[in-house]
Parts: sequence; C-alpha cells; structure tokens
Amino acid sequence: MANQPPLLEIANLTKHFPLKSGLLNRATSVVRAVDGVSFSVAEGETLGIVGESGCGKSTTARLLMHLIEPTSGTIRFRGQTVGTSEMPLKEFRRQVQMVFQDSYASLNPRLTVEDSVSFSPTVHGISRDVAVRRARSLLDRVGLEPKRFAGRYPHELSGGQRQRVNIARALALEPRILILDEAVSALDKSVEAQVLNLLLDLKQEMGLTYLFISHDLEVVRFMSDRVLVMYLGKVAETGPTEALYTDSRHPYTTALLGSLLSMDPDNRRTEAPLAGDPPNPINPPPGCRFHTRCAFAEPVCSSTEPKLASVSTGHEAACLMSIVGSGHSKAPGAAA
Amino acid sequence: MQDVSTGQVVLEPIQRSPGYWATVWTRFKRDPVAVGAGLVVIALVLMAIFAPYIAPQDPYKGMALRRLRPPGTEGYPLGTDELGRDMLSRLIYGARLSLFMGVTPVLMALVAGAAIGITAGYTGGWVNTLLMRIVDIFFAFPSVLLAIALSGALGAGIANGLISLTVVFIPPIARVAESVTTSVRTRDYVEAARASGAGSLAIIRKHVLGNVLGPIFVYAMSLIAVCMILASGLSFLGLGVKPPEPEWGLMLNTLRTAIYTQPLLCALPGLMIFITSIAFNLLTDGLRSAMDLKA
Repeated sequence: MANQPPLLEIANLTKHFPLKSGLLNRATSVVRAVDGVSFSVAEGETLGIVGESGCGKSTTARLLMHLIEPTSGTIRFRGQTVGTSEMPLKEFRRQVQMVFQDSYASLNPRLTVEDSVSFSPTVHGISRDVAVRRARSLLDRVGLEPKRFAGRYPHELSGGQRQRVNIARALALEPRILILDEAVSALDKSVEAQVLNLLLDLKQEMGLTYLFISHDLEVVRFMSDRVLVMYLGKVAETGPTEALYTDSRHPYTTALLGSLLSMDPDNRRTEAPLAGDPPNPINPPPGCRFHTRCAFAEPVCSSTEPKLASVSTGHEAACLMSIVGSGHSKAPGAAA
Repeated sequence: MQDVSTGQVVLEPIQRSPGYWATVWTRFKRDPVAVGAGLVVIALVLMAIFAPYIAPQDPYKGMALRRLRPPGTEGYPLGTDELGRDMLSRLIYGARLSLFMGVTPVLMALVAGAAIGITAGYTGGWVNTLLMRIVDIFFAFPSVLLAIALSGALGAGIANGLISLTVVFIPPIARVAESVTTSVRTRDYVEAARASGAGSLAIIRKHVLGNVLGPIFVYAMSLIAVCMILASGLSFLGLGVKPPEPEWGLMLNTLRTAIYTQPLLCALPGLMIFITSIAFNLLTDGLRSAMDLKA
C-alpha cells in the first residue's frame, strides 16, 4: 500500500486568464485564478476544499475535469499522467465525474431524467438498453423511484430531487472520484442534510473518493477527512480535518473558522474576523498574498512568499510564522 | 447493492410526463387566434395542392372579348384579368407558386443558416468571429436590394429567384442560431456532457439541437411572410416568376394598368398576399408564446 501512488495527484496546477482589450485583442493583464496548486487525494478519502468566493475553488474543479485547459501543471491518476497516452482524457473522465452547484442548469430541460442519466454510458459505447437499466437502478439508489421519476422532466422535480438526479448521472459511468462543486450549497438545510447522508452512504457502498468543494465550513468538517484551504488561487493550509479545525496555523484559516457562529450565544464575537475583500487576483499583492488583511503581518510578509511548510504530520501551512528562520518574529526558533 | 453494470433490474414500465412539444401543443390549442391562423395556413396549402380540382376554369386560357370583367360577372365570380383569364382560378393556382416561393427559400436558408449559426455558436473563438463577420457582410445590404441585385445578376426565373431569396435569409437565421447556441453552450448540462467524455457531435445532437431548433424554427417561420412579399416583389419587377405563370406578385404587376378602371380586381392578388402573410405571422406568434415555457 505504501508504495502505491495516490489516486489523484495534482502538481503545480495553474490557470491564468488573459484579459484582452483593445483593437488587436492583446493580452494586457492576467487573472491568476489558480496559481500553482498542488495536492493529492488518497483512495477512499474525502478532501474538502474551502475558501471565499473567487479564491479558485471552482476553477480548480473545472481544471481537474479539463473543462478548461490549465495554463500549466500536471494531473496524475494512479500515477498516470492525464491527457497522455497512458491515461487518455476520455478514460480519465470515466473515472472522475462532477456534480455542479446549480441543479437546474445542469440538467437538459428537454430530456427526461432517465435520458439525462443514461446519456454518458452510451457515449462510452454501452448499449442504450443497458444504459437505461443502469440509469433506473441508480435513480432507485439515490432515492428516486424509477417508476415515478424516470420519465419526468427537470422542471417537475424539486431542487433536492434534481441534485439526486445529478448525482445519479455522475455515478452512471461508475467513476472512482466524484467532484462535488458546491453540490449542496443551493439546497435548503433539511434537504442538504439528506443529500449529504446519501453521499456518505454512496461513498461507503461504492468505495468512492470525494473532492468536496464548499464555502460552508461546517459541512466540510462533517464530510471531509482532510481539508485544503485556498486563498487567491493558492493553497493556504492543508491538513487532517480535526487538526486543521482545532489547531489552524495560517491566520487566514483561523479567521475563516472565527467567522463560524458559536453555538453559545454568550461566546459570539461581535466584530468581523476578517476585514475587507480579497485583493484583486489580477494584481495579487507581492509576498504572502494574505498580508494585506493579516493581523500578524510584518514587513517580511510583503516581500517573501511563503511555501507550504509542514507543521505536523500531514498538516502544512503556507505562512512565514510556520517556517523556521523565515524572518518573521513569530516564526519557530526566532528570538522572542 | 444491485449490480449496476450488468443491469439486473427489470425494465418495468414507467410513468412518462408529457414532453416539451406535447405541452407546447396543449398551450397552442388554447390560443384561438393562433389556431385560426393555423387553419387559414392549412386551407391555403390545401388550396395549392388541390388547385386543379378546385379551380372552376383553366387559369391560362384567355378570352380577348371578356377582358377585365369586374367581380361578380356571370361565370367569373371574381372577374377576369387583362387577358380575359378567370381571376378565381388564377388566384387558386397562384397559391402554388406564391407559397412555394415563400416557403422554399426560408427552408433552404433554415438548413444553411442553422448549420452556420450552430457551428459558430458551439465552436466559439475565432471560428465564430470569422463566420459571423462574413454573415455581417451580407447583413449590411437591405434585404430587398440584395434580393433584387442577386436575381438581377443571375437573371430572371424561378430557380434564380429561389437562390437569391435563400441568400437573403441565411444571415438573419444564422444570427439567431448563433445567439441561441452560444447561450446553450455555456449551460452546465453541456459542461456536464463534456465532462462525461462526449464528443462535440454527440453533444450537439443530444443536448444542443433539442434546445436550439425550436426557437430557430419559429424565427424562420416568421420570415415566410417576408419572403412571400419579397418574392412577389421580385415577380412584380419581372425578376422572379415569368408570365404567364399565375403568381400573386406577378398578377399584381400585370393588372396594375387597370388600377383606375378596375381597382377592386387589381387589389385581389394583394389581398391574397395580405391574408397569407398575416396568417403566417399570427401562427408564428402563437407558436412562440406557446413555446415560451417558464417552468
């Protein structure tokens, strides 16, 4: 087991969107939506990805699915580089599927539920008859009785039911990995809980691996084995869920967690944990990208960009305060 | 768990909801104006098809002694034209060429324009820019002038008239097709289909066409009335259909010399054009509102 490559390995994934203007469509500046993100996902685990709007969570998901082409970076599936002859894109897409946030927009309004779910197997050469059978059995599995629901159109379903259809569609190719891009964020709380429980059940039954992208910290904590915190297109901190939630090392993570409402009304904070908006990703600040909003920022933070540094087993933070000899007064080993 | 790959589930009958088009039809039927217009169109088409059985006389046979009789003349309920031919028979036969000249160019332009527009819209990028700028060049000319110039250059005749009218109607249809396709292309369900590994052709066939052809078809139908009027205009100018063929636009032209002596007679072909284009327009409006389903 130890020598097996991780199920999914992302190295230095980068996406720069050129901003074009003028008569000749010359690129005048670039949006660094995702800037050198690396992580790996082990078989059977759930990796949660959190961050504010615009931090590059969804772009990362779309890059993984090759819905947009990365500027640079490699994706390896079981050690095989995706997009090369050892792991062609079409084969990779059979292994990795995605559930989108907008349950309505992600279903074709002209197709019945059954047709939507059975479409992708037929693309991979499975006969229509088998695909329909598989679609019905999956609909049954996600809690939609085929007899009543298979022949319906998306507008005849509720949001929760539509998202169940989307999950069934994503599972129709029998993938190993499911990317859930804010998959439950648009649902109301009770329905959200049902869908989350369904996802947990499915994961156990089918031995799935999840990439759970959300802005909801509580839901991520409930679902994930490990968590990755993104800020302005970069990884700020990553680690096992409990370690990260109880002992966060990056001030950004701490601030995010501080934004959670305490269950104890006497213990609720009144001031905002984090002031202002994230800086513009077109011209991200030099050095640590978070220093403009960080309470512990020192001059060194605006000149040195911190790399991810290990703080404990599997727990890494990209903060100068965690790097030995970084020059920050709170860095480990620095003179107090 | 059930074995999903081998499908051990019995394929039992399921409840099927009425599809999109079934719903559109139900809504269409509730619109009396649209249904009325549809019936008029059907009547006109039937009249064209069965003209030889309906027309009381030979539309080509003239009688020099009975020229320009007013409507209501014994044996000629709608009078006779400038060569003494029966107006009623000529109007009935005229539906054949007039409808043909109105519908055929639009159908041809629908195929070509939809192909161009869907390709441009789905591909995007420089292909889109290139195709749509070419379309824009044709758009720069007023449609009437373009039709006249083209059929003038190609020469009179039905075939050349059809070609020039087709060219006139490709740009607007391509434009509509492009904008509808562009909006569909960015929807999540197209993304999801791409993420499942489907190729462009499969996606266009299964996910794009179904959402795009309806609006394009309705738009094309609204052009039939315009096309008929343009075709009549070409005939009137001597560029489309040639005498002695009965065609409403051409009849309008040849009868114009009698406009002071027999104004009612001269107006009859125009009335037919008017009725037909109004019927097509109302039918299109009805279809459009029936298709405008917001779930």
